[in-house]
Amino acid sequence: MTKFLQTLMDGVAVGSLYALIALGYTMVYGILQFINFAHSDVFVLGAWISYTLAVGLGYAAADAEPSVLAAVGILLAAMAACGAAGFTIERLAYRPLRRAPRLNVLITAIGVSLLLQNVGQLKWFFGTQPQRMPSVLADRVLGSVAGVQVHLVDLIGAGTALALMLVLDRLIFHTRLGRAMRAVSHDTTVAALMGINVDAVISFTFVLGSSLAAAAGFLYAMKYPGLNQPAHATWVLLGLKAFVAAVIGGIGNVRGAMLGGILIGFIELFGAAYLSPHLRDIYVFSILILVLLVRPSGILGRAVAEKV
Amino acid sequence: MIKGLAPLAAGLALAVAMQLSAGPIIGPFAVKLLMDIGINVILAVSLNIVNGFTGQFSIGHAGFMAVGGYVAGCFTYYGSYLIWGAPRVQAGWLSGGDLLFVGGCLAGAAVAGAAGFVVGLPSLRLRGDYLAIVTLGFGEILRVMLQRTGDVVTSAEEVRAASWPTLATSLGGSLGFSGLPYYTDLFWVYVFVAVTLLVALRLKFSSLGRAFLSIRENEIAAEAVGVNTTRLKVRAFVLAAAFAGIAGGLFAHEVGTSLNPRELGFQKSFDIVIMVVLGGMGSVSGAVLAAIVLTLLPEALRGFSEFRMPIYALALILMMILRPQGILGLREVWELPWLRRRRS
Repeated sequence: MTKFLQTLMDGVAVGSLYALIALGYTMVYGILQFINFAHSDVFVLGAWISYTLAVGLGYAAADAEPSVLAAVGILLAAMAACGAAGFTIERLAYRPLRRAPRLNVLITAIGVSLLLQNVGQLKWFFGTQPQRMPSVLADRVLGSVAGVQVHLVDLIGAGTALALMLVLDRLIFHTRLGRAMRAVSHDTTVAALMGINVDAVISFTFVLGSSLAAAAGFLYAMKYPGLNQPAHATWVLLGLKAFVAAVIGGIGNVRGAMLGGILIGFIELFGAAYLSPHLRDIYVFSILILVLLVRPSGILGRAVAEKV
Repeated sequence: MIKGLAPLAAGLALAVAMQLSAGPIIGPFAVKLLMDIGINVILAVSLNIVNGFTGQFSIGHAGFMAVGGYVAGCFTYYGSYLIWGAPRVQAGWLSGGDLLFVGGCLAGAAVAGAAGFVVGLPSLRLRGDYLAIVTLGFGEILRVMLQRTGDVVTSAEEVRAASWPTLATSLGGSLGFSGLPYYTDLFWVYVFVAVTLLVALRLKFSSLGRAFLSIRENEIAAEAVGVNTTRLKVRAFVLAAAFAGIAGGLFAHEVGTSLNPRELGFQKSFDIVIMVVLGGMGSVSGAVLAAIVLTLLPEALRGFSEFRMPIYALALILMMILRPQGILGLREVWELPWLRRRRS
C-alpha cells in the first residue's frame, strides 16, 4: 500500500511535468502541424537559467536562507527568458518557412535543437559539466499519509503545474485570444480572412509554450537537482516522452496533452515500480505504438477525414 | 540509362584499385575517412529510398543499422571463436575470415530487412509525422533492449559450451560489443557502395521507382491510378532497412568505431535524415554528395572544435531557409541544366 501511494504521488509529480512540456508540443502542432524538436531544448534552457539565477542569488552557499519569494522570482524570470527565446526562434527560424514543405520545417527544428544544445555547452553559457541545482525552497516533510512522506517540493511542483494548466485552459477556452488561437489552429486561411492577425497568434503560441516549458524546467530542477549538461541524451529522451504524451492524448488537443502527460507519468513509474525499473523507456514507447495502431488520433483527438 | 552489369563491374574495379593503392599512398587516416564516407553514402542513399522516393518520413534508420551491426558482429565474433578459437582477423583478402564477415553483413541485412517489414507495417495505417514517431520509438525500444543484453563471452571454451540463445543475447549491454575483429576495408565498403548505388539508380528510373515517386507526390492520386501504396511502402521500408543493415555490419567491423547502443541512437538517425534532405529528396547523387560533404565537414571544422557543432547547426538552418529543396532537388548531377546545355 505504501509503495502504491508513493508511486501514485511520484506519478502525479512527474506526469504534471510531462504535461507542461507536452502542452508546448501540442499547441505548436495544432497550429503549424509540425513537431517542434527544439521544444525540449527550451525546457532544458529553462532548467539551466533557473540554475544560473539560483547561483547568482547566492543559493549555492551552504547557509543560504530558503525563500518562497526568490523561488517565485526565479520561476517568473525563467519563464520570461524562455518565452523570449521561443519568440526569437519562431521569428528567425520558422516564420521564413511558413509555406515550405513540412519536412523542411522539421529539419529546421532539428537544426535549432542542435544549435541550442551546442551553444548551451559553450563555456560562455552553461559549460559541459553537470551541475547541482541549489535548493531554493526548504525541503520539509509536511506529514505522512499511510507511511508515505509528503514533501513540500513535490506538493509545490505538482500544484504549480496544475495551476498553470488551469490558467492555460481558461485562456484558451474563455478569452478572445484563446478563441483566435483555436480559430488559427482550425483553419489558418479562413482565420486570416476573418481579421485575425495570424502571425501574432503564432508568436503568442510559441511564447506561451516556451514559458510553460521553462516552468517545467524549473520544477524539474527543484525535484531532480542533478542537472546534466545541456546536450546530454537524457534531456532529449525527456522531451521525446513529453511528445509521446501529446500524441497519446491526441495531438493538437490541449486537454489531451494534460491527460497524456499524467498518463505517461503513471505508466512509466508504475511500470518501473512493479515490473522492471530498467525498462521504463520501453513502456512509454510501447504504449505509444499501441495507441497509434488502435486509435491513431489519440485518446481525445478527432480523426480528420482527408479530402481529395 | 544505367543498364547491364557494366556499372557494377566498374564499381568492382574501382573498389579493387582503391584497396590495392590506397593504404600505402594516402595513409590510415584518409583510409578511415574514405570508409566513413562509404558507409554514410550507403546509409543516405538507402534512407533516400524511403524518405526521398516514397515520401514517407522515417527517423529510425540508425535502428536498422544497429540491427545489422549487431547481427553481423555476433556472426563474425562468435563464428570466429567456433572456427578458429579466437576473434582474430584471419589474414588474407577473400580468405575464410573475409567470407565470414561478408556472410555476417548479409545476415545482418536480412534481419534488418525483416525488422523493416515489422516497422513498415504500421505505415499501412499511419502517415507523415506519426510514422516518424513510430520509427523513432522503434529505435528507442531497440536501444533499451540492447542495453539490457549480457556481457560479451570472451573465451573459446565458454563460447562452445554456451547455447545459441545465450550467445545471441550476449552483446555487451550498454558498454557496447567490444572485441570485434576489424574486417572492414576499402574493398568491401566500396563493393557495397556500388551495389547500393546501382540498386537505387536502377530503381529510380524503373516503373517500381516511378510508383514510389507517385506515392510521394500524391498518395490518393497514386492509389486511384492503381498503385498498391501499402505494399510499395512496406517494400521501400524493407529495402532501405536491408541496406542500412549492411552499413551497420561494415560499421561494426571498422577500425576506430564502437558498436554500442548509444552510438546508434536517434542522433545518428537525425544525421542520416539531414544528409538526405541536404542532398535533395529523391536525388541519389545528391545523397552521395551530402554524405561526402557532411562526413568531411566536421573534420574540416576540427581546428575550432568548440564552434564545430554550432556552425553545423546554423548551416543546416540557413540551408533549409535559403535552399529548401536541398543541393540538387529531385535531379541527379548529370541532369543539371547547365551540364545539359553543354552536352547538346
